[in-house]
Amino acid sequence: MTRNEKNRETLERLAPGPASPAVINWEYSASLESTDHVSIAPRHNLFIGGRFVEPHSKKWFSTINPATEEELSKVAEGDAEDVDRAVREARRAYEKSWRKLSGTERAKYIFRIARLIQEKSRALAVVETMNGGKPIKESRDIDIPLAAAHFFYYAGWADKLEYAFPNRNVSPIGVAAQIIPWNFPLLMAAWKIAPALAAGNTVVLKPAETTPLTSLMLAEIIQEAGLPPGVVNIVTGGPAAGAALSSHPGVDKIAFTGSTEVGKRIERAVAGTGKRLTLELGGKAPNIVFEDAPLDQAVEGIVNGIYFNQGHVCCAGSRLFVQESVAEPVLRKLRQRIGTLRVGNPLDKNTDVGAINSQAQLDKIRELVQSGTDEGAEIFQSSCSLPQRGFWFPPTFFSGVAQSSRIAQEEIFGPVLSVLTFRTPEEAIERANNTPYGLSAGVWTEKGSRILKMAQKLRAGVIWANTYNKFDPTSPFGGFKESGFGREGGLHGLAPYVMLS
Amino acid sequence: MTETAIAPNLSRAVAPYRRALADALELAIPVDAVAAEERAASLAKRSLKKDSKVWGLKLAISMMDLTTLEGKDTRGKVYALCQKAVRPDPSDPEVPPVAAVCVYPTMVSFVKSALGQSGVKVAAVATGFPSGQTFPAIKIAETRQAVAAGADEIDMVIDRGAFLSGHYQHVFDEIADIKEACGPAHLKVILETGDLGNYDQIRRASMIAMFAGADFIKTSTGKVGVNATLPITLVMLECIRDFYHLTGKKIGMKPAGGISNSKLALAYLVVLYETMGPEWMTSDLFRLGASSLLNDILMQLRKERTGAYQSGDYFTLD
Repeated sequence: MTRNEKNRETLERLAPGPASPAVINWEYSASLESTDHVSIAPRHNLFIGGRFVEPHSKKWFSTINPATEEELSKVAEGDAEDVDRAVREARRAYEKSWRKLSGTERAKYIFRIARLIQEKSRALAVVETMNGGKPIKESRDIDIPLAAAHFFYYAGWADKLEYAFPNRNVSPIGVAAQIIPWNFPLLMAAWKIAPALAAGNTVVLKPAETTPLTSLMLAEIIQEAGLPPGVVNIVTGGPAAGAALSSHPGVDKIAFTGSTEVGKRIERAVAGTGKRLTLELGGKAPNIVFEDAPLDQAVEGIVNGIYFNQGHVCCAGSRLFVQESVAEPVLRKLRQRIGTLRVGNPLDKNTDVGAINSQAQLDKIRELVQSGTDEGAEIFQSSCSLPQRGFWFPPTFFSGVAQSSRIAQEEIFGPVLSVLTFRTPEEAIERANNTPYGLSAGVWTEKGSRILKMAQKLRAGVIWANTYNKFDPTSPFGGFKESGFGREGGLHGLAPYVMLS
Repeated sequence: MTETAIAPNLSRAVAPYRRALADALELAIPVDAVAAEERAASLAKRSLKKDSKVWGLKLAISMMDLTTLEGKDTRGKVYALCQKAVRPDPSDPEVPPVAAVCVYPTMVSFVKSALGQSGVKVAAVATGFPSGQTFPAIKIAETRQAVAAGADEIDMVIDRGAFLSGHYQHVFDEIADIKEACGPAHLKVILETGDLGNYDQIRRASMIAMFAGADFIKTSTGKVGVNATLPITLVMLECIRDFYHLTGKKIGMKPAGGISNSKLALAYLVVLYETMGPEWMTSDLFRLGASSLLNDILMQLRKERTGAYQSGDYFTLD
């Protein structure tokens, strides 16, 4: 027997191994982001005048992890007294130091904040996810890097303001009161604080009640960056603190991001006071898919448009307008794609959809979804299993939705999509614009000229073509109609923070 | 049109695998490159650990077409490859054999006997691989001979020249002819995606191949600058999914070339799993064309088994 023959015999003796395992689901093992490197203090105070101080109320409220309902820490409940103190500190810092600094000097501080955010990005991402419920892959890859990018971007403008507004004298406004929402806690703080500081203003920021922790980490970063005391003040608390801040007479400018309802209240309070105001409010964005669109990618855009951050996105593409000739394949693909979304522990790196931010928000989503069913729309929900504890809602869409349905009119702010169909571009434009909101819109078509035409006709501040939910510090963001006014980001984002003469 | 051009079409119309070119072109809808690449990149970020990693790596081995396609191939070289194919890691009986050994046609009968009853299949490239620039009759003859020599699977190349000049009917007919010449052998159609220029073209070529009778569609020969990539594989899988919805027929997918490490192989399986679902997680419907990938996977598996990485000296170079 030759050697080759012997070898062949050995080979033949080997059982024909399983050509491939039987059809089974590939369960990805848990891949949890480590939390070992993060320590959250059991109690947090207010950040006023460069120091952490106890609240006037001597009260601290609990802040939880919405994925587990476990308490993460206690946070100071700021009241009108604390707000007043913070505004006075901001005023003093404005008069004494910040407004007198050259742009180059201000830029140094802002660059320092940006770098410190990058250095602490892992911890910030973990805390953002624990406190807000968003998937770690989003806080790690989007929220935190974008927050740093905003500081970098506006640091660059600080010494170039006369080029931003050529032939004008540019001066700061004074003390800016900034109230931010819970859907992108650190990122919204960055959107607000970075342009204000670059233009030479000082700030009193009130983070959302349910997500204060990364703002307080930002306070530590600001302290570490050595900003003059009082340039940035952070007052945590509930609606009372927000109301006190927006109505404080010592404030020169108010920037608010949140619900249209609260925005209107602030606008009423500001009327006649001479304070500057920018509002970034709700939305009910149309995402319009034409029959010539790249359908598989459009489905990705639809999913990213509405299920990104559990749909807690003011510019979420919550109304899908799909041309009737492709409605069948688009919805088939959408159903299949939703089935692959991984809902669960936000700290798992493979999680696509995390926890709903709060019980109150979950109740609101449930109520609106119930109304959709009651009004006769057809519901499709992912059959994914949901954790026992915490606040969860499966990715959902409604088809057969009428323009007059509540789910086509009201902002749900959750992972719920309303699908409507259209026949012609004119009809798409008419129905897309037929809403009190006007924050954003998406257009999916291979035809360039149609994209341009749609962009001209759609009444929305941001229009994405063949993509959705893309953000960049250089690009202005803001709304039409009840979605607010004023722009954040880009050169436009500086304008609300400067006085031009 | 001449008599001879029409006649073969009429005779072929009865073949069950052969469908209409017009339907293929209708399904060749546009692909957005930015969004497709973004989706592939996001799938590549899946973090696979522990059991799910080991399961995926073993599956990857069982889906592998272990390949050698060189002018300098000899029986000695090919024999070593066959042994590796049947028993990739003699120290670990849990490691499955690969799916197939992929060689040039002249090696088929030798590989067939070397593999014996192992269950590992013999795949032969044919039709003037890799360029496809030869006479149609020779392509058919080459295919027939490879099958006669024992090939279970034929990896053909499409005529990219004809495709790029818009002669889709020619490309379609040639695939159908080769499918006929394959007889019982499975046909994998290599699109050579690196030659096609963009995703729209890749989608069009995928549809033409499936409608003409391909059992598998395959990205590359491994002989051009750009071989398999994740987004190309994603786009081709989406074609397979649409074809399956329309016809109820399951077509296989084979990315080939450039898949050189475990992490990348797992990323391909993630793209497969999350695009096609568990039904496609079988070597009947997915293959990885690779030569150097196997040792990297073995290295990873041994690390998972023993807790330590071992040097390349502990894995055979075949």
